[in-house]
Amino acid sequence: MNIKIRYFASMRDRMGRAEDTVSVDGDTVTVADLWKKVSSGQDLPGSTLIAVNMEYTDGAATVKNGDEVAFFPPVTGG
Amino acid sequence: MSAKTGITVLVQEESFDPCQLTAAHQATLDASKCGGIVTFVGTMRDYNDGHSVSSMYLDHYPGMTERHIEKVCQEAAEKWDVIDILVAHRYGEIKPSDAIVLVAVWSAHRANAFDACRFVINYLKERAPFWKRESTPAGERWVEHNTKDPAAEVSVASAAGIRRTG
Repeated sequence: MNIKIRYFASMRDRMGRAEDTVSVDGDTVTVADLWKKVSSGQDLPGSTLIAVNMEYTDGAATVKNGDEVAFFPPVTGG
Repeated sequence: MSAKTGITVLVQEESFDPCQLTAAHQATLDASKCGGIVTFVGTMRDYNDGHSVSSMYLDHYPGMTERHIEKVCQEAAEKWDVIDILVAHRYGEIKPSDAIVLVAVWSAHRANAFDACRFVINYLKERAPFWKRESTPAGERWVEHNTKDPAAEVSVASAAGIRRTG
């Protein structure tokens, strides 16, 4: 299955790219496992926010084929 | 409480005049039921955190940003009896004194409009995915956190019966 992963703001700078498409074997995978895959095993910075299909969640969330995952720093709008 | 509250969310790159937007939106409403309008306009300072700031870039997550502003407005409409809520928010390049955000709330009585307006701006700042990158004499930097408005947050939290941590 394929998962689209997006990065915003300082996370985009850190990763050096705006998005990845990751191919994973099986029906589901956790966000934490996806992070390990795209970051070559680095720790996820503690303040990082996670969204799956544009809803806030955490690293334990499972995702399925076609989902969109996003990693980004605390928001600073308004 | 106010199931028919109108909610309009504009997320746009173009600059806007908050007074003009509010007046234009008011013209679309049945204003005869309104007893008050409370507006909050957030504008850009030319300094932050000890540095002068010449301009700012606002990054956002198209789709998620609009969705979460709408959710905050819906929550406000469930908590307070308000007639209409308009939110406009810029992204892209911003210059000092530009309006960044407008929250306008119409209601029959002022207390609900004040409380709902404060709730929307405070929770929008916590949840809507926007990120500020400032241009300073020392270079560009991402703003890591918003300045808090503790008095306002306590007031809104207690009015809304919300327990807050941190």
